[in-house]
Amino acid sequence: MTRTNICHSSNSEHLLHRLHAIQQQYRHIPSQAMQQVAAEYRLPVSQIKSVVAFYAFFSTQPCGRYHILFSNCTSCGYWSNGHNLLQSLCQLLQVTPGQPRADGLVSIDETSCIGMCDHGASMLVNGIPIIGLNPEKIAHIAQQINSEVPIQHWSATWLEVPDRVRRRDLLLSEAWIPGSALQQALKQGADDTLANIQRSGLRGRGGAGFDTGQKWRLCREASADTRYVICNADEGEPGTFKDRYLLLEYADAMLEGMTVCAFVIGASQGFVYLRGEYRYLLPSLQAALDRRRTQGLLGSCILDREGFDFDISIVIGAGAYICGEESALIESLEGKPGIPRIRPPFPVTHGYLGQPTVVNNVETFIAAAQITVHGADWFKAVGTSTSAGSKVFSISGDCEKPGIYEYPFGITIRQVLDDCDAVDVQAVQIGGPAGVLLSARDFNRTIAFEDVSTGGSFLVFGKQRDLLAIHRNFAQFFAHESCGFCAPCRVGTQLLKITLDNIAAGRGSTGDLEELQQLSQIVQHQSHCGLGHSAANHVLNGLRQFPHTFTQALKPHFTARFDLDRSLASARQITQRDDAAAHLDNR
Amino acid sequence: MTDDGTNTIRIDEQEIPFTAGQTIMDAALAAGIYIPHLCHYPGLSPSGNCRLCVVETGNRSVAACTTPAAAGQQIRSDTPEMNAARKAITQMLFVEGNHICPSCEKTGNCKLQAMAYHLGMLDDHFPQFYQRREIDASHPEILLDRCRCILCDLCVRASRDIDKKNVFAIAGRGTNAQLIVNTPSGKLADASIAVTDLAANICPVGAILIKEQGYQVPIGKRIFDQSTIKEIALQEHSAQQETDRDS
Repeated sequence: MTRTNICHSSNSEHLLHRLHAIQQQYRHIPSQAMQQVAAEYRLPVSQIKSVVAFYAFFSTQPCGRYHILFSNCTSCGYWSNGHNLLQSLCQLLQVTPGQPRADGLVSIDETSCIGMCDHGASMLVNGIPIIGLNPEKIAHIAQQINSEVPIQHWSATWLEVPDRVRRRDLLLSEAWIPGSALQQALKQGADDTLANIQRSGLRGRGGAGFDTGQKWRLCREASADTRYVICNADEGEPGTFKDRYLLLEYADAMLEGMTVCAFVIGASQGFVYLRGEYRYLLPSLQAALDRRRTQGLLGSCILDREGFDFDISIVIGAGAYICGEESALIESLEGKPGIPRIRPPFPVTHGYLGQPTVVNNVETFIAAAQITVHGADWFKAVGTSTSAGSKVFSISGDCEKPGIYEYPFGITIRQVLDDCDAVDVQAVQIGGPAGVLLSARDFNRTIAFEDVSTGGSFLVFGKQRDLLAIHRNFAQFFAHESCGFCAPCRVGTQLLKITLDNIAAGRGSTGDLEELQQLSQIVQHQSHCGLGHSAANHVLNGLRQFPHTFTQALKPHFTARFDLDRSLASARQITQRDDAAAHLDNR
Repeated sequence: MTDDGTNTIRIDEQEIPFTAGQTIMDAALAAGIYIPHLCHYPGLSPSGNCRLCVVETGNRSVAACTTPAAAGQQIRSDTPEMNAARKAITQMLFVEGNHICPSCEKTGNCKLQAMAYHLGMLDDHFPQFYQRREIDASHPEILLDRCRCILCDLCVRASRDIDKKNVFAIAGRGTNAQLIVNTPSGKLADASIAVTDLAANICPVGAILIKEQGYQVPIGKRIFDQSTIKEIALQEHSAQQETDRDS
């Protein structure tokens, strides 16, 4: 297969966008359409089928005309003050979850975190976020749907996603002047611009913390004719929503950071890979791109520099957490399922279309732009010796003031909790389900690459929270998001979920704790990529920090894992019986 | 690097040579060292999906089949801990699918079964998933039973890279992942696969079976009744070396 045009047809529409349009038109992707797309893009039909099967927002069975996806995140999920809002809406509209209503009007299902965690229970209706759900709002929504009111005509206040920035530091308090970083870069030249980034100590803000300057240098030094710049705006870690805000308010600085990178490494094409859940941000991002093109900050001869040509396209994902992993993201950009590549080689030498590619987070590019304007010392003056600068957090969960907070690296967890008015805190989950679960003994620890590292997710769990339910939620998340490529992650994440569910159902015994430990270690050590490596962190942390979570759910006497009564469910269904004698469990 | 200038790596207690471009797996097999594997096959590009060949080097766990050998690597492979993890992964593959060893035509010739023997697996350990998976009996000569598929990707690579037919692919996420056929109907009958293709014969388990060949070799005289999976893996490697030398 040639490595050019592999995801673009003659009209240059990205495969994911083409499939999204079909999904919108037919409420699913019919088999006929897959064949047609395969012919248009000159791709094997199996590739189209595997792409459709991979991404959660594509379906081969029709969805309702109102397709509702409730977030199942611990912060923006459908449990609101003890109410199961998903169940409520299903009852009001007479819908079975996962199946469209017989008249085809509505379908209701759940999806992984949609990044609305600071607004409580939230959902996507035909891709449009509706936040701050409660039983009253759910009742209104049911009425709107039954009366078939188009979403555009729903209450305007429902369609707003306000942002709450509660604390600004280095990046967010600095005014931004479009073109300022590029002017500085052109003045000092590519070598000095790169040296400045390297000297600043900037490390990737997505969570992994790789040295940004070194990444750019490795890419610049890799021999190739073409290089690419990619902004990872696939903010999928549950509890993370800071990029949602940055993409709206700091898009220009982000695009300029990408352009500075292009200048340094010699790229002429860039991509913003935007998560499908943030599709509603597309118009404002497109406007930012258009504005920069008219200002001579994108396109050919940027700022009248002969030969400095660079432009950026936006590619929108379709519901796959794994695409936040940089090589999976690149696969997705290439029009394939987002399965992480074998690394090495790394994207800096073999990235998009096999060419050297820089992939950085939204916040990293904004920081790079500001560092170019203000200098390395401005940045290094804040933070710690190995974690320079500041970090933007997404704080949600059991606190009075959820929202976006920017802190210098080195801030203690306790300070953050005080600032967001979190009282009676039982635990914090930092870095999302893939991160680390900490108890009060660790609240004096600091947020920094050398201590507790995070891509920005900061989940607060109060004393009243059932931590076992949190673990089950996280385990369900990883089992759902595992790409299925490697055996230990594909099967192991399911087994973790099954074991935790079993313990919660009162069918666990002491041996299950040992089982969880061993299973977690296998998933952590044997898996192919970062998803598997981190999927069991929460279980291992929980077993160590909060053993009571698990032990209190265990039965003192032997309990068989096999649930006879549940196993008879299909027999009851077939015989249409549900009387007492059809239940054999002697609870 | 040793004194005479050849590159070497150490696997467990054994120092072995390697040539540039070889993976840890290639170097090990060439030196007669067996690292358990199901998705690696000599002559096909590595995939790294079964993870049985994961070894430890330094404080990292890496797949031997996809990791380049590098001078001075100290590798731990045949340890009780690593083999316990391998056994657990083999058990995972068993419970994920619907494996019917006693009545499977592949019994005795099956690498998953042979791996279980090799690793001393005595039970499934984990709860069965009992997933519904589609059987494709449309092709007159070849049966595709997804119940027994372990998603090793060998048929995908064999068909694409050796047979040049690109008959198979894997689609779907997590445990919904399944082998699909690259035809509009999705049926094997409409594919150009032939019984002589490598893709029709490379399946390590009983997912792709040639029809009308049941029990030609009696149970007791089958491949893994005569040899261990270790011996067979080393033979497969030498056979590929012969082919490479001849061509």
